[in-house]
Amino acid sequence: MAIFVDENTRVVVQGITGKEGQFHTRACIAYGTRVVAGVTPGKGGQLMDGVPVFNTVVEAVRATGANSSMIFVPPPFAADAIMEAADAGVDLIVCITEGIPVLDMLKVITFLRGKDVRLLGPNCPGVISPGVCKLGIMPGIIHKPGGPIGVVSRSGTLTYEVVDQLTRKGFGQSTCVGIGGDPVHGISFIDCLRGFEHDPETQGIVMVGEIGGSAEEEAASFIRENLTKPVVGFIAGVTAPPGRRMGHAGAITSGTSGTASAKIAAMEDCGLHVCKNLAGLGDLCETVFAALR
Amino acid sequence: MKIHEYQAKELFRAADVATPHGHVAFSVAEAVIHAESLGGYPVVVKAQIHAGGRGKGGGVKLAHSPDEVKSVAAAILGMTLVTKQTGSAGKRVEKILVEQGLDIHSELYLAILPDRETASIMIMASTEGGMDIEAVAAQTPERLMKVRVNPLAGLQPYHLREIGFGLGLAGKSFKSFGALLQGLYDLFIQYDCSLVEINPLVVTGAGDVVALDAKMDVDANSLYRHPDIVAMRDETEEDPLEVEASKANLNYIKLDGNIGNMVNGAGLAMATMDIIKQAGGSPANFLDVGGGASAAMVEEGFRLIFRDERVKGVLINIFGGILRCDVLAEGVVQAARKVDMEIPVVVRMEGTNVERGREILQESGLNLITAVDLADAAAKVAAIVAQGE
Repeated sequence: MAIFVDENTRVVVQGITGKEGQFHTRACIAYGTRVVAGVTPGKGGQLMDGVPVFNTVVEAVRATGANSSMIFVPPPFAADAIMEAADAGVDLIVCITEGIPVLDMLKVITFLRGKDVRLLGPNCPGVISPGVCKLGIMPGIIHKPGGPIGVVSRSGTLTYEVVDQLTRKGFGQSTCVGIGGDPVHGISFIDCLRGFEHDPETQGIVMVGEIGGSAEEEAASFIRENLTKPVVGFIAGVTAPPGRRMGHAGAITSGTSGTASAKIAAMEDCGLHVCKNLAGLGDLCETVFAALR
Repeated sequence: MKIHEYQAKELFRAADVATPHGHVAFSVAEAVIHAESLGGYPVVVKAQIHAGGRGKGGGVKLAHSPDEVKSVAAAILGMTLVTKQTGSAGKRVEKILVEQGLDIHSELYLAILPDRETASIMIMASTEGGMDIEAVAAQTPERLMKVRVNPLAGLQPYHLREIGFGLGLAGKSFKSFGALLQGLYDLFIQYDCSLVEINPLVVTGAGDVVALDAKMDVDANSLYRHPDIVAMRDETEEDPLEVEASKANLNYIKLDGNIGNMVNGAGLAMATMDIIKQAGGSPANFLDVGGGASAAMVEEGFRLIFRDERVKGVLINIFGGILRCDVLAEGVVQAARKVDMEIPVVVRMEGTNVERGREILQESGLNLITAVDLADAAAKVAAIVAQGE
């Protein structure tokens, strides 16, 4: 078991013939992901490493039964690509693209309401159920299959660091989800936490947040009210200067809101095991998850 | 991306958002000519810098005659303005806005911004104009109206009525406000703003509603479709190293500390800064070279860090996924050979091709300190800090 992606995931890659699209499609296939189709408008009928390419997502879905999409198209065309995938009827859309204008994303999120589809990202590394399915750009090799830890994060390489420390301590992962660094995005911490709570393979959770917005505070309250599994929390950006955008479009404080200290306080109030120094995250997990190994 | 008040007001006028008449001036003589053209006194002389809080810092003055314009403009132009947003170093004033003075009946607050929590467009309005709006939100939240607009449907007449009546407006000023808010909303959408804010928005004695101030921030992700905004960029408002970094496609923010650092990925970069702090140092910068950095970009990043004279040590932390460790190592070695490396550099890398990366560093013969993991890196940074004390 895992959340969001498993052995039944059949992937269509939007932007499959681009440089990024090709590179990561190959890595996903090598990991064992079932990539069944690609889409590049105007290149329908071609093959990319044996994967059939279509002009539209709806054609790709009809011909191959794809149920998930991974998007690598550049920012000016990404909002269109997400809505196209949603209307083509896939269940999960993973948008890797970084740099989509916020107003485009406001429209996309509003458009998706009421539709039976999950959007992960944009500006995210994707999702991996180790040993089973990788739908994203993370290095597969650092992951350890079999659970029992679920990881959810707003970041990319910071997630890899966390996963690497878990693996080195002998903890496998059920699913690792990067929800993305943009201020307006799809799946939230809470969606992932709910999934992990219901997933029998997941016995403990690591949640990695950063400055900006209030998603971590909301997630902390949700954990206190709804979760039975232990959660280790980490927040990046204690030393970030106020009012500056720290690389991620969403990583910016505004006055007293969105600060690391407020998020850490909320996590502690809600009973999370808060890691204060990333270098010691593995050690903390060893203590908190001692009974799970 | 921030633009100046005078630039925002030019865009306001084009969008039918009423502003006082005014012109930007770069010299005292120009200021006097503009003041005379406005058709009467008093006029207002306003320092044009990106930071807020200009009035309290002495950057906004009233003038009742050409002579007073001369003295006020001379005092403001060239002054180093210190506000709560500039930091203690302040900001040198290079240009001023000369505007007609208005007969102010009351002051309001109006802003439009994306609301990340609800994925809608939020209009904020208050009768408490001219105040610090964060303080209003904290102390008297009932006086701060928040109206959310569906981004697909756009602004509707009922939104205008809800906010206009909510502000206690009636008659001429109600109509004038409605027209202004519609114009402002259209402008917000047209330019992909991350914020438009008018504080204060004034009702004049004659009942007109006018934007006395104008703040506009454009979503950096949207700049590809707004070349006119890109042309408004004022590099003198930015740190010179940050300008240079942005030209090399590096995400660099200068900070006040003594330990330089270079990391791939924004989240890991923030966490690395935090580790430096906990090791007893203080980060000199934020530098995210990104997931797909080339050896040339790594080299450029390395050079930027070394240009900051306060840097007493450097921590390079790379988790190689897309960016391979051997590529990183090549970049570091190339850069290190070109700069005069008198300060210690700790390199911690992990991930794709890490063995080859470590070999490259080793074979280089350079004095680079290798760390095996983050805890080791933190300890080595702490040692550098201790040595400097």
